[in-house]
Amino acid sequence: MLDLTYETPKPKIIAGATHDWELVIGMEVHAQIASNAKLFSGASTEFGNEPNSNVAFVDAAMPGMLPVINEFCIEQAVRTGLGLAAEINLWSAFDRKNYFYPDLPQGYQISQLYHPIVGEGEVMVDMEPGISRLVRIERIHIEQDAGKSIHDMDPNMSFVDLNRTGVALMEIVSQPDIRGPEEAAAYMVKLRQILRYLGTCDGNMQNGNLRADVNVSICLPGQYEKFIETNDFAHLGTRCEIKNMNSMRFIQAAIEVEARRQITIVEAGGEVNQETRLYDPDKGETRSMRSKEEAHDYRYFPDPDLLPLEIEQSWVEEIASSLPELPDEKKARFMKDFLLSDYDATVLTAELDSAAYFEAVANRRDGKLSANWVINELFGRLKKDDKDITQSPVTPYQLGGIIDLIEHGDINGKIAKDLFEIVYIQGGDPAKIVQDRGMKQLTDTSAIEAAVDKVILDNPDQVEKAKANPKLVGWFVGQVMKATGGKANPKAVNELIAFKLRL
Amino acid sequence: MSIDKATAAKVAKLARIKVEDDALPALAEEFNMILGFIEQLNEVDVEGVKPMTSVTPQRLKRRVDQITDGDQQALVLSNAPDAREGFFAVPKVVE
Repeated sequence: MLDLTYETPKPKIIAGATHDWELVIGMEVHAQIASNAKLFSGASTEFGNEPNSNVAFVDAAMPGMLPVINEFCIEQAVRTGLGLAAEINLWSAFDRKNYFYPDLPQGYQISQLYHPIVGEGEVMVDMEPGISRLVRIERIHIEQDAGKSIHDMDPNMSFVDLNRTGVALMEIVSQPDIRGPEEAAAYMVKLRQILRYLGTCDGNMQNGNLRADVNVSICLPGQYEKFIETNDFAHLGTRCEIKNMNSMRFIQAAIEVEARRQITIVEAGGEVNQETRLYDPDKGETRSMRSKEEAHDYRYFPDPDLLPLEIEQSWVEEIASSLPELPDEKKARFMKDFLLSDYDATVLTAELDSAAYFEAVANRRDGKLSANWVINELFGRLKKDDKDITQSPVTPYQLGGIIDLIEHGDINGKIAKDLFEIVYIQGGDPAKIVQDRGMKQLTDTSAIEAAVDKVILDNPDQVEKAKANPKLVGWFVGQVMKATGGKANPKAVNELIAFKLRL
Repeated sequence: MSIDKATAAKVAKLARIKVEDDALPALAEEFNMILGFIEQLNEVDVEGVKPMTSVTPQRLKRRVDQITDGDQQALVLSNAPDAREGFFAVPKVVE
């Protein structure tokens, strides 16, 4: 078992005019299932194609067309459930959620209201080293995505693209366990990380791969504890749902302004109406989606086109046995095997590709030194070029070669950075570059001694000053390093100068 | 449970079916007959009986995750009352 001892973070407190208030937040995250074809048709899920080119007649809801479920999408939902330590329901069923909108040609969305495929699970949300919030997952169900309406191409018309219509989504519903805007964003980050590790969702928020509806309410300190004890929502305030957010920054900002709006209403003696709201990042406010309210009578009923979805326990176990190492386990292993700090391990395991890169570098090398080079030098350099780790011009093999040269004392830190830049720009084998360009560190004391003697002989004034003020020894070290092209061992130079000047 | 004229009007509106005002009482009456039949069905004791989802034993048919369809923009749009630049064009809907 993993050692996951942790403390719970304190809930965010917002000071109102009369009271302190706490926040209670639950999230519904819509994650696009990574698959080639749609949930009920053989059309492609690829993003950015010509409008209405990824459309089968099922997706366009042509009369007589029947849905046939994509088995891989079921597998992906099961895998996600297992990755969130959730219970898998071997029997689930599809329902129709009825509403009219131009980008929903069927007039209903196929979803799973009454019998979702995944039940209760959990996500550990890391806030700081040793401080985590355990967010309980209530359920995950599979459903169809809607199409896309574009309103700004014509003053009188809306344009509809059905490419996204019928793409498989997982709706991941949390319990109201999130207690502040930062926790909400951290929850999204962690969920995204787990989904990406599992390969069940690309997590590309800009393309709308991952979107969140956030339920926010406020309560007085102490009320939330009563709710947890009794599971009675009467202890909490009335919630509002902020729809469809696809950026961590907006999620945080929206929760903050929505909470303050509710506090102002309640403190003025008013009541919060339960409603759906939209966040406007330009104005920094949320506003009611009244049009949506009227239509909120979805008349759910079991979809007569689809039999219940029955899966076998043996299949679930097969999927379970193929689960990858998940972020929490990987981080714990990095801390233990490579003796990394919590911070370093967190940074290196944030993305699967970074973790794999680091492991290739650190294999049989010093973990801490490898982590420093990957995080500080490589990540820093890539960021400057706006590249990600998969686009790194320096392979783990090359970076490992540079670290070997440092570990063997062949080059010092300063030269290593120059060497890294050469490898980054020009490529090549680090050991050979050092050999060919004479970058090897001078460990030969006589050569360093000659350089030290020359600097002392050439600068009698500085010698006098240094004798009065030993701090000036740094100036001599600089001169010697310059004279040796940076290749002298700095420690040896320091010792020699101190000795020669009789400091 | 009884459906009145107002409920019948609401159901019609949600289904986007235009029903003239003078046709509503008859519609409400039809709804009530349907509900009455369902109430009659509700009298059957089904305690412990699993809901039947299919007459013959069947398993939900599955497809493999392969792209086998699509790439037919012109066909998809061919029945649309209005289409422009590959999109369906509909009267403006703005949130």
